Amino acid sequence: MTPTRPLAAAAALTVLALGLAGCTAADAAGADAASGTAATATSAEDLGGMDALIAAAEAEGELNVIALPDTWANYGKIIDAFEAEYDITVNSDSPDVSSAEEITAAENLAGQDTAPDVFDLGSAVTLANLDQFAKYKVATWDDIADDHKDADGAWVHDYTGLMSVGYDADAVPEPGTLDDLLGSEYRGKVAINGDPTQAGAAAAAVQWAALQDGGSADDVSAGVSWFGELADAGNFLPTDPTPATIASGETPVVFDWSYNNLAAAADAGGRDWRTAVLPGTALGSYYNQAVNVDAPHPAAARLWQEFIMSDEAQNLYLAAGAYPVRLAAMTEAGTVDQGALDAVGEQPADTVQLTTEQTEAASALLAGTWAQAIG
Amino acid sequence: MVALVEGRPPAADRDRLDGARPPRARRRPAAWWALTPFAVYVLLFLAVPCVVALGTGFVTGDGRPSLSALAALGEPLVLRAFGSSALVSGITAVVGAVVGAVVCWGLTALRSDGLVRSLVDSAASVLAQFGGVMLAFAFTATIGIQGVVTQLLLTRLGVDVFAGGVWFYQVPGLLLPYVYFQVPLMVITFMPAVTGLKPQWQEAVATLGGTRREHLLRVVVPVLAPAFVGSVLLLFANAFSSYATAAALISQGAQIVPLQIRAALVSETVLGRENVAGVLALGMVVVMVVLMTLYSLLQRRTERWQR
Repeated sequence: MTPTRPLAAAAALTVLALGLAGCTAADAAGADAASGTAATATSAEDLGGMDALIAAAEAEGELNVIALPDTWANYGKIIDAFEAEYDITVNSDSPDVSSAEEITAAENLAGQDTAPDVFDLGSAVTLANLDQFAKYKVATWDDIADDHKDADGAWVHDYTGLMSVGYDADAVPEPGTLDDLLGSEYRGKVAINGDPTQAGAAAAAVQWAALQDGGSADDVSAGVSWFGELADAGNFLPTDPTPATIASGETPVVFDWSYNNLAAAADAGGRDWRTAVLPGTALGSYYNQAVNVDAPHPAAARLWQEFIMSDEAQNLYLAAGAYPVRLAAMTEAGTVDQGALDAVGEQPADTVQLTTEQTEAASALLAGTWAQAIG
Repeated sequence: MVALVEGRPPAADRDRLDGARPPRARRRPAAWWALTPFAVYVLLFLAVPCVVALGTGFVTGDGRPSLSALAALGEPLVLRAFGSSALVSGITAVVGAVVGAVVCWGLTALRSDGLVRSLVDSAASVLAQFGGVMLAFAFTATIGIQGVVTQLLLTRLGVDVFAGGVWFYQVPGLLLPYVYFQVPLMVITFMPAVTGLKPQWQEAVATLGGTRREHLLRVVVPVLAPAFVGSVLLLFANAFSSYATAAALISQGAQIVPLQIRAALVSETVLGRENVAGVLALGMVVVMVVLMTLYSLLQRRTERWQR
């Protein structure tokens, strides 16, 4: 990619946008006035249209994102695409922190220009912190089903993976069922991405084990006892897998979201890393997007929401193996990246997503029983 | 023994040894002002953060004062964590103290200004501070699953150290890295007491017709005992408050108290336990205050023989 092209394009866009903003805002102070109201805008229309939003965002020039690892659901490419499209620098801070720490960072840094502008959050943290979000509805809002968004626009589902088992095909045989992993060929080899009492992805691994092993979304204790069996068999590997441990061969089997396991294949240092979504009930969990109510770059924050809900970014999520929330609408409109969809496979119709109450019940159960089960 | 513990060196002896220091009565009051920067530093970077952190244990999420989080100290999981912390600290303190004491005893055979002695001294000072993520990584690379030693044992000798499960990433896995920094710390803290043993005492015992065994049991052991027990307490406190090494090694179960504090602060699945972190910190501070009080009492006993 030559750096001059996007710059020139961005410059042209800015000039155009400034001109347009000047027109629509009539004799008001143009882009400046638009920028001033960005903090309270609940849609691009409030600012005088998408071009005015772009102008205001580029006037701010920066966007602070948090908890977006480059290898997570293609965020590295999504951030690159955003920077290529707009004349805005993305500051990606603390990529590996948890959803809870995103909120803590926003509270601690409130009023400073390093505070996060936008959040990418698990559902439990989202629903517990509604006061922290500015309400905003993207242009593609109507494509999104009602149960995937807040009626007022405080948050919106963005993408989901399927819980999956990633494995090094050279080190272990392909698991056909969950119980295969209890066999002796997996001794000391099976890890999950984090502590289920702390990390959403790890909690989902236990929930999935419950669904696969005779439990239900209402009672995940079967999942806890399945991991207990795994530990008793000496197969459970209690370390935190990362792309580095996968590449070094330290974690040959990893429970994680399908998009993370698919991304790990590219990073696996020559290992034959494969992803298995086992037959039986699939488990998904949408991540939510929201704008920080104290965002230091309110217009850029809103433009980021527009961008990640656009066809371009939604297709990038899909290319990483995550199912974007607008997938159905994009399939219908023919704007979906068909090659990526074919590679990932259709979203299973019987994908379970736990409700808030079920997630809370599962977390409470895990808090009380997990350490004992694997200790 | 009674006479040894309660007696003080003769006045003449004290005066001679203390001769270099100014007598108490002539201490210049102005010199105390030099401590002001240190006092301010301690206040701002130790006392204030400590009070603020502990304070978080007594407010609810919406800022109202409450004692409800204190109940967390009775939770079975938290009690287990305190138990595991005490066990890890106890084992590594005793092992570290015994090994360290043997090293100190060995060092007495060397010239105090010799090369080996100063090498061991500086190595101990450096290694006692070698903790945290670096240490965890060093051990992972050595005896982790893909570690050099683990793989050598497996391929050359057919010994699988993790045959019964991967203990390295659980509480037992903390023992080796902790002992690694406990032993040098023991050398640093115990060495002054060992060098304080005067050859004249042995000569005195011999003059009075005592044996080497009597010298050991009635002079060496009583004189070193408070220093040894004090060092064990210090090592216990050192392990009890260690966080970074454990955080880098253990990612499942939060079995020790510092990891419980992390879990309460960062969890994205079990919410609203931030104030529990403050209460857990309070529990740790109580343990530390008790340990350090005992340590300073023992230290007073120890110093009696180091003048």
